[in-house]
Amino acid sequence: MNKEIIKTCSLNVWYNGFQALKNINVEIPKNQITALVGASGSGKSTFLRSLNRMLDVVPNTKISGEILFDGENIINEKVDVITLRRKVGMLFQNPTPFPKSIFDNITYGLEVQGVVKKKPNNFSDLFHKTKIIAQQLEQSHDSIDVAVVQSLKEAALWDEVKDRLDQSAFRLSGGQQQRLCIARAIAVRPKILLLDEPCSELDPISTSKIEELLLQLKKNYTIVIVTHNMHQARRTSDFVGFFHLGELVEFGKTKDIFEKPHQKITRDYVMGNFG
Amino acid sequence: MATNGSLRETIYFYMFRGSAFIGIAILFIVLILLFLPGHSVINWHFLTSSWQHRDITQGGIFSAIIGSIYLGIGVMLISFPLGIGTAIFITEYSKNIFWKKIIRLAIRNLAGVPSVVYGLFGLAVFVNFLSLGTSLLSAVLTLSVMTLPWIITASTESLEAVPQKFRETSLALGATHWQTIKKIVFPAAFPGCVTGGIIGIARALGETAPIIIVGATFYLSSLPTSPLDKFMALPYHTFILATQHSSPYASSYAAGTALVLISLTFLLSFGAIIMRYNYRRKKDW
Repeated sequence: MNKEIIKTCSLNVWYNGFQALKNINVEIPKNQITALVGASGSGKSTFLRSLNRMLDVVPNTKISGEILFDGENIINEKVDVITLRRKVGMLFQNPTPFPKSIFDNITYGLEVQGVVKKKPNNFSDLFHKTKIIAQQLEQSHDSIDVAVVQSLKEAALWDEVKDRLDQSAFRLSGGQQQRLCIARAIAVRPKILLLDEPCSELDPISTSKIEELLLQLKKNYTIVIVTHNMHQARRTSDFVGFFHLGELVEFGKTKDIFEKPHQKITRDYVMGNFG
Repeated sequence: MATNGSLRETIYFYMFRGSAFIGIAILFIVLILLFLPGHSVINWHFLTSSWQHRDITQGGIFSAIIGSIYLGIGVMLISFPLGIGTAIFITEYSKNIFWKKIIRLAIRNLAGVPSVVYGLFGLAVFVNFLSLGTSLLSAVLTLSVMTLPWIITASTESLEAVPQKFRETSLALGATHWQTIKKIVFPAAFPGCVTGGIIGIARALGETAPIIIVGATFYLSSLPTSPLDKFMALPYHTFILATQHSSPYASSYAAGTALVLISLTFLLSFGAIIMRYNYRRKKDW
């Protein structure tokens, strides 16, 4: 078994008194892809959101137990959620580019961390937005430029957008937008990437591009992906956790979960008998 | 039957088209009725010289125009930050849904309070209690209080129209709550806030009742030099000319003044449209 990067002990979550997660004990292995599967309302997204404290945004949520990351229980009130979220990035179901240029989308995470954009070189730059030239950017040593080029390349998007970095991110296709969101998330160099059904709105070709990308990314990042697509879980993941009615029914190697699950209900679900 | 159905279609179509046309027709009739008597008095002299009480044909409405512009700028300076700030609190910070509902209900109701009531409020609070006297400052404060609910409502609506996923994404990238508001939510909502605000100010500029109570006068020989001076304003000037003045030319001067007022408010709305258009184009939303 690989070394775990994040570990939960007796994790419980309630929304308005309804228990959405029941006594979850799991270890997420480092630099692997872990897929979370289960029917709608099974608690897998709740679990994902608890890992970077995005449940804080949901009113009337109660959480108990432990989530250990970097030797710290991150559900502790004293933990700095801002720092945590910079280490544990997240992607949502719909691509969520900001209404900004492609370049500014990537730099957003760095900008909020206080990495300063270089000042306009001269007075006229203030009024005329100079076009971003891909070659110049690749040769630049400015920390922001380097991060933009590197994350776009890692997200396999560089070649498609390098000549229109100053255009709105809204002009990209759905699949490109989602890869842009991945690039934006990895620009801040997180340790873990949480993906909440990242392909549910994409066509098969865009989906397979993202899956390829995830397989590339696991060298540098730990990936946890919620998916409804059993084929996707099987193709991409190393480990699978099956959630049912707020409980983690089974967790194991992908091969084992799909081929010889211990629980009948797991087999029924991964075979597509219910959903 | 098919023919019966299509006849009904036709009737409904003309009914709705008719009601749309009535709206446009009213606007044009108002403009024409103002323009016909009013346009003859409008000239450079009328716009730029100060009021002559004895012979109105000798004077202009410069003081009233300046008074109204001062009012507009003052109201903008006070009610924009306050209104947008309140809206940000309601949409982004206030967690308690019950209180949020109460605040919003109160604001909606305030928007419906007659302007003369705001005038009385201004008289009691600004003029007497805070001893600002009947002055430009009192009028600015009174009109600001009056426009606040409109600005708050418009800003709240445009802030709420910003998709929740933008906020979540920004937080998930490690932005603080305030960074999210400043860099993502507010820029997206800004055009809506400004449009709502400018419509509010355009309405405030046309108000007569509250400013009579708290500081507008009909005749001043000089422009206000301090916020505590009295001032002239276009709507009150129009009102006096139309109802109180004995000169035979008074009614056409009233129409001329009203034309200037209406142009001023159109200019404001037009400015809002241009601003929003530019902002959208730049944002490439």
